[in-house]
Amino acid sequence: MLNTDPRAGGGKILKKTGAEIFIECLKMEGVDTIFGFPGGAVLSLYDSLLKYTEEIRHILVRHEQGAVHAADGYARSSGKVGVCLVTSGPGATNAVTGIATAYMDSVPLLVFTGQVPTMLIGNDAFQEADIVGITRPCTKHNYLVKDVKDLALVIKQAFHLARTGRPGPILVDLPKDVVADTAEFSYPSKIKMRSYNPTYQGHPGQIKRAVKLIAKAKKPLIYAGGGVILSNASKELTALAQKLAIPVTNTLMGLGSFPGTSPLFLGMLGMHGTFQANMAVTHCDALIAVGARFDDRVTGKVEKFSPHSQKIHIDIDPTSISKNVQVDIPIVGDAKSVLKSMLKVIEEEPAQDWPRMRAEWLKQITEWAQTSPLNYKSGSSIKPQFVIKKINEITREINGDEFIITTEVGQNQMWTAQFFTFTRPRTLITSGGLGTMGYGFPAAIGAQVAHPGKTVIDIAGDGSFQMNIQELATAVQYKLPVKVAVLNNHCLGMVRQWQQLFCDQRYSHTIFEVMPDFVKLAEAYGAVGLRATRPGEVEPVIREALSIRRPVVMDFVVDRDECVYPMVPAGAALTEMLLV
Amino acid sequence: MRHVISVLVDNEPGVLSRISGLFSGRGFNIESLNVAETLDSSISRMTLVTRGNDQIIEQIIKQLNKLVNVIKVLDLTGSDYVEREMALIKVTAEATSRAEVLRMVDIFRGRVVDVSLKSYTLEITGDEKKIQAAIDLLTPIGIMEIVRTGKVAIARAKKDGANSGEAREKDIEHQATVKKRNTFAL
Repeated sequence: MLNTDPRAGGGKILKKTGAEIFIECLKMEGVDTIFGFPGGAVLSLYDSLLKYTEEIRHILVRHEQGAVHAADGYARSSGKVGVCLVTSGPGATNAVTGIATAYMDSVPLLVFTGQVPTMLIGNDAFQEADIVGITRPCTKHNYLVKDVKDLALVIKQAFHLARTGRPGPILVDLPKDVVADTAEFSYPSKIKMRSYNPTYQGHPGQIKRAVKLIAKAKKPLIYAGGGVILSNASKELTALAQKLAIPVTNTLMGLGSFPGTSPLFLGMLGMHGTFQANMAVTHCDALIAVGARFDDRVTGKVEKFSPHSQKIHIDIDPTSISKNVQVDIPIVGDAKSVLKSMLKVIEEEPAQDWPRMRAEWLKQITEWAQTSPLNYKSGSSIKPQFVIKKINEITREINGDEFIITTEVGQNQMWTAQFFTFTRPRTLITSGGLGTMGYGFPAAIGAQVAHPGKTVIDIAGDGSFQMNIQELATAVQYKLPVKVAVLNNHCLGMVRQWQQLFCDQRYSHTIFEVMPDFVKLAEAYGAVGLRATRPGEVEPVIREALSIRRPVVMDFVVDRDECVYPMVPAGAALTEMLLV
Repeated sequence: MRHVISVLVDNEPGVLSRISGLFSGRGFNIESLNVAETLDSSISRMTLVTRGNDQIIEQIIKQLNKLVNVIKVLDLTGSDYVEREMALIKVTAEATSRAEVLRMVDIFRGRVVDVSLKSYTLEITGDEKKIQAAIDLLTPIGIMEIVRTGKVAIARAKKDGANSGEAREKDIEHQATVKKRNTFAL
């Protein structure tokens, strides 16, 4: 039973097949690109797609996981809902990692899966999987459409759910007979769901209390996460920090929400956070968390996390509040709206000389920054950090702000977070919550589809890149000039690092004995392969790659034993950092 | 602490599994769970009995509210409410004990719902303590089989007559919004 009459919004009544309704709905939602992989259960959907190639571009990936990550990269880089279409059974189960990735990072996605005909559901039919059951815990919501008459309303609800409140992936399972059946089509213009009403405006009393707390704090700190980017609140966050002279630290997901070039910026906090960020969060007297969720990689040992501070937590999802860390002033609402209201309340207060009030605190932070800045030791081999710094330097020189960086997961990701300077939101795209190896390359493809004019670079490890390397064919087919910078250390670097530090250097199954030749592999796919084995070759390789309007794989043969520092061992307090 | 939580949900396939999946996935505990349709056939009511400290109960309520199919969540614990459970108990009833079993039924204000030459099946309704007492006293006589419903609970109506249970159910939509807002704000 559905709650709303599909005809409530009016509109013309036309008889169409489920497949046509599907496409009409996408068009009504302004979708012009979908990522997918065909199969038996979605045959008629793909047949209809052929009739609409002008309006809806379909990107054929080489593995369903790639389709979901690409739609995810498309969504994160553009702010729009990413859409993908896969077949039943294995098509759907292959999509699950992508869906879970998007769920953990609150990415608005719509995943359409084919399903066996309704009368066969539950019969262990060929290519049948209970994908609604499988994805229940890793979607914001999901649907099995049992009647073509419900299809338009379900799709409308799905888009609404995906992009409102705390965004997330929605799965819609489409049985083959439902898609073949016909119904009158009308797309509801409005949607109202009695059981879903996300709160956008913060509670005015709480906002006043928060402002009062910030105003009297001597050592405040803003801890901003991915929610700031999702709600497009960077401008408001930056205004608040600059107006009140409050230093800012970002979570991995928050990087880019605050200009990394600002003197108020402390870098990332947490397990691989900077010395100054972890010291500041431990010693601050007011912590303002915005769109962040006190993840274990951020807090370290919870009991010792920011022990001296009063905490304000702004988040649209009430379950994020006081889940891991008890806060003093919770504000449920959209980051942008709440920050705007806070700025308004501050305007009404008598002006104070904020920079002077904070001078001592900012001086203390500068001292911490000088005590132990991010660093690495140079040598005769290529250091991965050096490659990232060079990419940062050269892309900025050539492309200004017109670039998007994606990463894989592991050391490559942490070094990117540390050594790349992000100044604008949606310029870093990375799998933070789930930590999905193999995410970065297909996500880069999606980001490139959304932004054909920008330079898109996937900073990868040799382990992660091999997990979705088949998408090279996709990049070549659609002439997407994505660049992959492989920090090739011939091993699973992050696990190897943990083994070095916590398993007495017993390297169990982390060193690759066989490694493909990435240059030849790129060429085999019809892309360009370049290699650097000495520090002096790094810059020419990057420059050459950026000058080619084709997919390029850069193979940087780097020092195997390099570790990511600082590092807070899992479960330790943030002040217990291992430094370079 | 033990909490009785009443949840109004969309009466749709899969909703029960969303709720039970939430509990198992997040490691919350369920002591009993009971579901049935309300006056409005598009809505079901679940009565959950769970245990946890305040922080866990707060999370449970928030997580339940977050599910798209959940309309309203009410923690009855701490307010005035009536709680009942029913047990069907098949008791051995030989010649020597038949009279004793019937006396027990009387004492617990139960009923005999089935009878055979060697057994009685009893229906006993009450709160958890009463059911437990009945079981404890019938055990020595010989319990062959037992089936329990799990708890159902309902908030007591205000004695001035305002805001009775039915009125509340009819006014669900408004209530749901208010309740959600309240939980969210603080």
